[in-house]
Amino acid sequence: MDMRVKDLCVARGGVALLEGVSFTLAPGQALILRGPNGSGKTTLLRCLAGLQDPRGGEIGFDRELAAYGAHADGLKAQMSVTENLTFWAAVHGLSDIAPALAAFDLEALRDRQAGMLSAGQKRRLGLARMMVTGRALWLLDEPTVSLDAASVALFAEAVRAHLAGGGMAVIATHIDLGLPEAAVLDLGPLKARAEMDDFDDAFGGAFL
Amino acid sequence: MRSLWEYANPKKFIETSQRVLPAVTWASVACLVVGLIWGFFFTPEDYRQGSTVKIIYLHVPSALMAINAWFMMLLASLIWLIRRHHVSALAARAAAPIGAVMTMIALATGAIWGQPMWGTWWVWDPRLTSFLILFLFYLGYIALWAAVEDDDTAADLTSILCIVGSVFAVLSRYAVNFWNQGLHQGASVMRAGALAGDTEERVSNVFALPLFVCIAGFVLLFVALVLLRTQTEIRARRMRALVARERRG
Amino acid sequence: MIALLRRDLTLALRAGGGFGLGLAFYLILVALVAFGVGPEGALLARIAPGILWVGALLACLLSLDRIFALDREDGSLELLATAPLPLEGIVTMKALAHWITTGLPLVVAAPLLGLMLNLPGPGFAWLFVSLLIGTPALSVLGTFGAALTVGLKRGGLLLSLIVLPLYVPTLIFGAEVARRGAEGLAVQTPLLLLAGITCGTLALLPFASAAVLRVNLR
Repeated sequence: MDMRVKDLCVARGGVALLEGVSFTLAPGQALILRGPNGSGKTTLLRCLAGLQDPRGGEIGFDRELAAYGAHADGLKAQMSVTENLTFWAAVHGLSDIAPALAAFDLEALRDRQAGMLSAGQKRRLGLARMMVTGRALWLLDEPTVSLDAASVALFAEAVRAHLAGGGMAVIATHIDLGLPEAAVLDLGPLKARAEMDDFDDAFGGAFL
Repeated sequence: MRSLWEYANPKKFIETSQRVLPAVTWASVACLVVGLIWGFFFTPEDYRQGSTVKIIYLHVPSALMAINAWFMMLLASLIWLIRRHHVSALAARAAAPIGAVMTMIALATGAIWGQPMWGTWWVWDPRLTSFLILFLFYLGYIALWAAVEDDDTAADLTSILCIVGSVFAVLSRYAVNFWNQGLHQGASVMRAGALAGDTEERVSNVFALPLFVCIAGFVLLFVALVLLRTQTEIRARRMRALVARERRG
Repeated sequence: MIALLRRDLTLALRAGGGFGLGLAFYLILVALVAFGVGPEGALLARIAPGILWVGALLACLLSLDRIFALDREDGSLELLATAPLPLEGIVTMKALAHWITTGLPLVVAAPLLGLMLNLPGPGFAWLFVSLLIGTPALSVLGTFGAALTVGLKRGGLLLSLIVLPLYVPTLIFGAEVARRGAEGLAVQTPLLLLAGITCGTLALLPFASAAVLRVNLR
């Protein structure tokens, strides 16, 4: 199933950030979002994940098929790596976490408390979480923060495997992920021109 | 056919309310002056309660408005949740402190009235107690508005709190009734006999007429204050929008 | 959803303080009341049902802000919201976990503290029953308050200000059951009303909690 996004406009705190965001993603494809800080990458991903409503435009995609990977990994420091992953798998109705552990080289750490992991190891665990959601579309926000080169390669490998299985990914990142086949969407030119906030917008600009 | 909802446009609202406001204000002042002077100086003293009964001209209208202000907020909250009219949310926000003050006046005048009648400033009478609870609901509502930064988020949260709060305010009313049967005289103003001049249990005619004038005065005062405060809220909101635009531009 | 409940219970056990803190607070509160009003047995016996109910309510309040705050900080709340679980179910499970970790220990401890306050003999059973029926409503209402204030810095005080008035009907009927029980009167009316309030809040409040959570996650 294709993911179609048409003429999307997203806002944060009542102020429009991006407008005219359009793209189509077919199974097996990835899209990389680029843009300076504060350009609205996170807001766009949150809209795609269904956490907030876009101000305008269409998202032609079932949000139930999307898994969101935010800055924060959603890990509990008092639980082990296995327990954390098992929990997220259970929430998504799955139980097999072995492939995720293997893909991100976490097997040796499986009984370690998440609170004892290094920043990079936590990040790997957070990314492994994407695999146990069993969802077709990965929405990833700066996934490679605090990863070393070897881990970035692991991540690229996991994304490639996900795409090969008919999955899709939208990734906001600044670095080169080693995914040359992925399309790139530069958000810079899509900065919203409209300078109204929602309040004014609700009255067709008649208010200001 | 003009729709009522066009007044939900802030510009239209400010224009219209500007025009209405002076009339409402003066009518309110006139009603209050006439009603209070009539009530305080030109009504006989009650055979049991003496001159203390005259506090009724402040107590009953403020108590009435304390409840009606919450109803107005509930209505405005529902309109915001269903139709997303910003003016409605701001009107609810504007009404809350007025309602809280009305509740405070009702409580204070109740205590002052109760002192000579019951021999104590405060009794845990169901009515007084439920007004105290209503006051707490007002405080929570106002505090939530103040605490949330984003305006639309605050409007959504307070609207839902208003609805849940309404249910629990009513529940509390009955719970408190159950908890203590009370000394308070029943709601005696609005019964049919009031105007017919039945003096036994009801507030009699001589007292009732100035009381109705006072109630009208309080209602008009409430309307005037809500209009004024809503205008202020809209303008404050507009300032924030302009500042935001300047920063981006 | 069971996984969520199990995780919350595990965390409460491992992080410590989940079970213990509320209980310790309850004990201190009861002791303070005794210090405040004096050791006279007859007086303590008379006020015991009310004190034990108010104490349970305040101890319950103490841990409310943790219901969502921790999940919000580490990002799990957002991830849960995008998971296939309905948000209404998530808030119900959160309330249930809060009740098991906070409410239930209080219910069990209340009769013991009743001994300290010289609670009359027939009161113990009714105190236990009234708390058992009433505390779930406290947890559900508290979850609503926690969902309202989850995004706020220093939301703790505001949370109390919002939640405590909502607790009034539950407290009145609950304490009334305990009081009438202690005095050997018929408890049926307040008991049914208490059960009614609990059922009503259990049925309806999760929708309000989920709605405000959705707004706060936006």
